[in-house]
Amino acid sequence: MSGAVASWLLAAPVALPLGAGLIVPLLRRGRSLAALAAGAGVVAAALLLLAVRDPDGAMELAVGGWSPPLGIRWRADLLAITFLLSTAVIALTVALFAALHLPRAEPALAGRLWAPLLFLWSALNALYLSADVFNLYVTLELLTLAAVMLVTLEGERQALDGAMRYLLVALAGSTVYLLGVALLYHATGTLDLTLAAGAVPGAALALMTVGLMAKGALFPLHGWLPPAHAAAPAPGSALLSAVVVKSAFYILLRLWLEAAPDEHAGRMLLAACGTGAVLWGSLLALTQKRLKLLVAYSTVAQLGYLLLVFPLAVGSWSGPAYAGAVWLAVSHGLAKAAMFLAAGTVMHALGHDRIAELRGLAHHAPVTMLTLALAGVTLMGLPPSGGFVAKWLLLSAAFGTGQWFWALVLLAGGLLAAVYTFRVIGAGFGEAALARVPRRAPQWLAFALATAALLAGVVAELPLRQLQEAAP
Amino acid sequence: MTLQGALPLAILGSSLLPGLIIFFLAEPHRRGRTWLNMAGAVIKVLLVAGALLGVYHGATFEVAVPLVPDYPLLLRLDPLALLFVSLSAVLWLLTTVYAVGYLEGSPNRSRFFGFFSLCVSATVGIAMAGNLFTLFFFYEVLTLSTYPLVVHRETEQSLRAGRIYLAYVMTGSAVLLGAVVWLHALAGPFEFAVSGGAVDHLDAEHRPALLAIFLLMVGGFGVKAALVPMHRWLPAAMVAPAPVSALLHAVAVVKAGAFGIARTVYDVFGAELAHDLGGTTVLAAVAGFTIIYGSLRALQQDDLKRRLAYSTVSQLSYIVLGVSLVGPLATIGGLVHLVHQGIMKITLFFAAGNLAETLHLHKVSELDGVGRRMPWTMAAFTVAAFGMMSAPPLAGFVSEWFLGLGALEGDAPWALAVLLASSLLNAAYFLPVVYRGWFRPRRGPWHENLPRHRLETHPWLLLPPVITAGMVIALGLFAASVWSPLTWVRLIAAQEYPL
Repeated sequence: MSGAVASWLLAAPVALPLGAGLIVPLLRRGRSLAALAAGAGVVAAALLLLAVRDPDGAMELAVGGWSPPLGIRWRADLLAITFLLSTAVIALTVALFAALHLPRAEPALAGRLWAPLLFLWSALNALYLSADVFNLYVTLELLTLAAVMLVTLEGERQALDGAMRYLLVALAGSTVYLLGVALLYHATGTLDLTLAAGAVPGAALALMTVGLMAKGALFPLHGWLPPAHAAAPAPGSALLSAVVVKSAFYILLRLWLEAAPDEHAGRMLLAACGTGAVLWGSLLALTQKRLKLLVAYSTVAQLGYLLLVFPLAVGSWSGPAYAGAVWLAVSHGLAKAAMFLAAGTVMHALGHDRIAELRGLAHHAPVTMLTLALAGVTLMGLPPSGGFVAKWLLLSAAFGTGQWFWALVLLAGGLLAAVYTFRVIGAGFGEAALARVPRRAPQWLAFALATAALLAGVVAELPLRQLQEAAP
Repeated sequence: MTLQGALPLAILGSSLLPGLIIFFLAEPHRRGRTWLNMAGAVIKVLLVAGALLGVYHGATFEVAVPLVPDYPLLLRLDPLALLFVSLSAVLWLLTTVYAVGYLEGSPNRSRFFGFFSLCVSATVGIAMAGNLFTLFFFYEVLTLSTYPLVVHRETEQSLRAGRIYLAYVMTGSAVLLGAVVWLHALAGPFEFAVSGGAVDHLDAEHRPALLAIFLLMVGGFGVKAALVPMHRWLPAAMVAPAPVSALLHAVAVVKAGAFGIARTVYDVFGAELAHDLGGTTVLAAVAGFTIIYGSLRALQQDDLKRRLAYSTVSQLSYIVLGVSLVGPLATIGGLVHLVHQGIMKITLFFAAGNLAETLHLHKVSELDGVGRRMPWTMAAFTVAAFGMMSAPPLAGFVSEWFLGLGALEGDAPWALAVLLASSLLNAAYFLPVVYRGWFRPRRGPWHENLPRHRLETHPWLLLPPVITAGMVIALGLFAASVWSPLTWVRLIAAQEYPL
């Protein structure tokens, strides 16, 4: 394929939402249409990238003609494309949901959602494509600003509080990360991940990791996530919980996989944090009284699983652990977005999201109830779901490398997820009238995402094989 | 795709597709729902009949769908699979008839029949699984799709039963999953062995780990098979509607557990290795204890369904005992009981459901004189109850005969004692029901729940138990015929223990 076309294809996922985000606020009507058109363009570009992917090497683009070690290098390897594509599917569905749901449920928000949502999407895609630590820093900052904007949209005191905490933690995280970047540059003279491979100083690695953990709400730096995610409007929460927090994990993965392959103690420490996240996040999810908070704490817990990949993937990236972790991130993204959208419907239908008072949902909004249940299957890691496939791979890696302790964490986490999921489902049974009968179309969109999370457990063989083959 | 591969998929799809469509049918489409259900059930029975014929003549039916690298979803119709598939298919057909009559006019029928079909699909998936990955896959689908049926009535009591059910079976699943993946880490990917074990080539140094895995797996399966002390969910789940108790809690779910144990012993470890490890000895002891304990608890229950539930706890362990005594005769007894117990117990549950649905009778102490009012139902109950007591020439006698011979063959006279004691206990808790029904006079009028029929109850409710009771007699009388489950089970035993 010619270079020019390739460059356009690489630039499109970033440029399209960015451009739309700039134009949409200027439009008086047709805002949602413009946003959706840009979104559809991103999905198409991601699919094309996947289709023309060269299995032997990643497609690259030196933005503005700047080349490494100090330039802006974008590259689309399979890991990046996987995240691009899953984010595109989730974001487009969420955008459709917003276009259908918000005008009726929260008319005041309907017009104001698009700009932050599109900026967020653009920043995410830029992050996936970036290949050096400083560009990653820039995209992370853009991402944070867009995310904070999303949280503040509701404008209530609670939302502003949540957003403020998020902003402060994220800025602190960025500072620490940037310090790490400076150390890395000082020691190696490059910011490019591939060029710095194997030569990253321990202090730089530690600082960057801590900064990313704060950004990604990874235990024990997760405290800001639940209030922020629960306060955002449903489409916002869905994107934040499903994809935004995983961007930090994505960078961690690249950092530890590519740049620092031999750091053992640190890997154990990361997985220990993951264990804390699984146990503590699940326990807190169990005790929540509000649905959105429960779902948000479940995100804290599920992010913990991802950290287990670091010790489990030791020695062989082509082993099951790496593919499993990526697949878990993808499936969890689909399921979590479905859950938050469903929670939005619940909010709208009942006027609140108190778990003890969900009665009547099973009768009057069965699709939403089923969505919560199906998404729950992925969270529990039970078949048939992407979560199960991923868990099977991670468990295989745990037993295969003799680290059965991490297997216990995976199994215990699944049980805890079952307890909090079924708590919600059990509460929905029984006869009671709803405050408002929710519309059908948005409910089916959330259902589609939950179904996609299940399908990820049925059509996983090919992508998993390719992920293993193309492991960095 | 070859015809050989299409058959297992068709058997799975004949209940899966109708089930998925039914979810999206609006509540008032009674006719469409009934047609879909009945068509699926009849097609499944026909397909299974074809498969039986094919396998009997030596054909192999197998299909692998890639799912995870190295671990495909493998569906295979071997003789043991067909034993369970045929049982499920025939009883699903009868239960569908029963359920249509039972649920007439009640709410949420689309949800009910949708999940019911999913459960049946999962059960035949378990039966046809050709490797542990597939078995676990469908085992969990069954776990999940049963929950909405347990809580179907949405009362506080049924929601509580649902929670208890989940707490037990989900913990069991987690243990099972851990054990299965651990085993694969030692042995690599493998399929169920046709004869001997699939992992018996492993070095002796792995033995302690293998024993641990065996016990964990059997423990995980044992939750659904209701081995004491993991049985508590079963009596609690009796709040479910009668068709659910009949098919799922007497046949599908609990048998899935027993079947899993049979697969583990015969086709994963191999009877010989399982015995050498000492695993089957532990299992036999637990099964023996469960048989006696379940019967004793059944004696204390006044609620008819709970009495039947504890009886299920006890009877299921006949199968487990047969498997764990290790030997051709015990194997025949255990596996044939998988079928016989299913048919006898479903008859009892159908009958209990009829009594509850027609006359609002739930307790044993309320049954005085019911034999005059509902003679066919009580006759079916009586036949099945005598079968449970192993009275000749009924189906239960055949199972017990082989189990008893197996106990002697396996040098385990204690097992024979357990079986005899259990038969006596069975008599002690079934005979009072029969006696009250036929020989005690009724005082006062009946509480008529349904509009009076020419028959004693709704014909769709009456037909299934009468048919299954007929089968209980036929399976005993014609046990030696070519088409009996006994003959089929001899085939399986010959495969496991080549002479």
